[in-house]
Amino acid sequence: MDLFEHQAKELFAEYGIPVPRGVVAHTVEEARKAAEELTGRVVVKAQVKTGGRGKAGGVKVAADAVDAAAKATDILGMDIKGHTVHKVLVEEASAIAEEYYFSFLLDRANRTFLAICSAAGGMDIEEVAASTPEKVAKVPVSALDGVDRARAREIAQAGGLPAAAVEGAAELIEKLWAVFLDEDASLVEVNPLILTADGRVVALDGKVTLDENASFRQPEHEAYADKAAEDPLEARAKEKDLNYVKLDGSVGIIGNGAGLVMSTLDVVAYAGEEFGGQRPANFLDIGGGASAEVMANGLEIVLSDPSVKSVFVNVFGGITACDAVANGVVAAFQLLAERGESVTRPLVVRLDGNNALLGRQILADAKLAGVELVDTMDDAAKRAAELAAAGV
Amino acid sequence: MAIWLTENSKIIVQGMTGSEGTKHTRRMLASGAKVVGGVNARKAGTVHEGLPVFGTVAEAMATTGADVSVVFVPPAFTKDAVKEAIDAEIPLCVVITEGVPVHDTTAFWAYATAKGNKTRIIGPNCPGIASPGASNAGIIPADITTSGRIGLVSKSGTLTYQLMYELRDIGFSSCVGIGGDPVIGTTHIDALQAFQDDPATEAIVMIGEIGGDAEERAAAYIEQHVTKPVVAYVAGFTAPEGKTMGHAGAIVSGSSGTAQAKKEALEKVGVRVGKTPSETARLMREVMQSR
Repeated sequence: MDLFEHQAKELFAEYGIPVPRGVVAHTVEEARKAAEELTGRVVVKAQVKTGGRGKAGGVKVAADAVDAAAKATDILGMDIKGHTVHKVLVEEASAIAEEYYFSFLLDRANRTFLAICSAAGGMDIEEVAASTPEKVAKVPVSALDGVDRARAREIAQAGGLPAAAVEGAAELIEKLWAVFLDEDASLVEVNPLILTADGRVVALDGKVTLDENASFRQPEHEAYADKAAEDPLEARAKEKDLNYVKLDGSVGIIGNGAGLVMSTLDVVAYAGEEFGGQRPANFLDIGGGASAEVMANGLEIVLSDPSVKSVFVNVFGGITACDAVANGVVAAFQLLAERGESVTRPLVVRLDGNNALLGRQILADAKLAGVELVDTMDDAAKRAAELAAAGV
Repeated sequence: MAIWLTENSKIIVQGMTGSEGTKHTRRMLASGAKVVGGVNARKAGTVHEGLPVFGTVAEAMATTGADVSVVFVPPAFTKDAVKEAIDAEIPLCVVITEGVPVHDTTAFWAYATAKGNKTRIIGPNCPGIASPGASNAGIIPADITTSGRIGLVSKSGTLTYQLMYELRDIGFSSCVGIGGDPVIGTTHIDALQAFQDDPATEAIVMIGEIGGDAEERAAAYIEQHVTKPVVAYVAGFTAPEGKTMGHAGAIVSGSSGTAQAKKEALEKVGVRVGKTPSETARLMREVMQSR
């Protein structure tokens, strides 16, 4: 889960990391008031979970409260790379002497953590690393050793920070490590990290990604969830413990196992090319078990998406054999009927693996309205795309 | 023959007394795997599923001669369970548990490295390893394929099963599910190396998915070190940027980790990449028939 800049900075502040004073505003009037409270020059910053806000015009300096209101008027409601700006952070303007870059992140390839530090901050660090790799220090950090003040100092020096900034940066880096470790983050990034005109080191920006697998021991992280931006279907699916991602196509997908479902989306998209570009409408992994209740919940979510014109149920019977899955589908139809729902769009079912013949027989005998059985994944994807193209 | 897991492997189950542990211990036993005991500190000295329960991995190894551990303990306790296996220097530790915090996996990997990597770790968030006809450590269905000459390594469980099933007439030496988390113990490269060295394996199926650059690095490894034919499949061409697709590690970040980049990297080194799982099976069938 990615945090908004203001959430990241609130978290930083809890760990004693210097950040500019700031107030979150959802309306122009709130922005004006915030600027008034802060007094003097302020910066109005769009709060969206994507990079390149500055270039897009989402970060603006305002001379006073009236100006801040004008800038907030421009920024609120703006679209930045598909993200609508619903709130801004109004912050006291900082007297910047120099800009640096710092991050802790997960290095998947080397299975360790990495500190990245550079005196060339404020820009896209990947571009800096590509054009002038000597300006970017990448220092592996072992999960066993962590980062103390001495190590933090080494990292700051490796990044080429000037002597005047090293001690302040080291203190900040040590605290950022505490954020990274104690909050179960997979990314903590500060770009820019600044040296102010009066010699202080301050986190002028903040980007934090939290590991959702750690939520069992980080109960307070739930408060960071951006409920407003959540797709309503994704939110409903989450409540039912379903692993669902909304996409923009017309073929609803239900399958078991993350890899098989990802693959199903691809196969449907290929097959859909023949039928006017039909594409998958969602990702939904119902897991290995595929019980009747989970199948019913899954069907309910997928069918409540109005852009779904057909549904492809793609199950490989491994741990749970196909006859159990087929019984699950039949029972799911009954459950839906009991809930007053009916399956109004065609369903293509492909069952393969353990007891496939038995499973197909069960479905054939049940004569469920709108259900077609197709034996292979490729042919079933084609049929589902064809039905979606024919649907209105 | 097979890699890492043979008919002589003696398996213990960490977390055997839990519901998943119990269910899959039964399945492993039914498939003919030599499961010799379980580990649960609170139930040491008892008998479960007809097998002795030990207090520690070290005790279980000393008494039974176990050389493989399969971990089913919940995410909150996985790090300690794996560290215990590492301390006992068991040769193979298969971590099935899904939902382990990445800080914990990174920590136990660092611990394993500091201890000299005497324990091979597979997973977490993986289906385990099966050597059809010989043994089975994890949750891979034993009855969907046969013993044969293909080696398989995959990030995905169900896609593994799909390929095992489609190529069941030819059969497999070993099938390794390495898991879909961002940090994992055994990698595609480790498995490619082992299959290259395994005389019983004639060709290799490699299944990857979006996220990270493991497939790109595997491609570079294949170019340098693998002489056996490799056929690959990559899932997630239609996955949108920034969304986690089921597996914690399956995410396209910006322009990195895309399926297209992985496919291109593999094809560049001569690996044939199937458009669908079934086409991948057909490509492998062609390879085996031409041998």
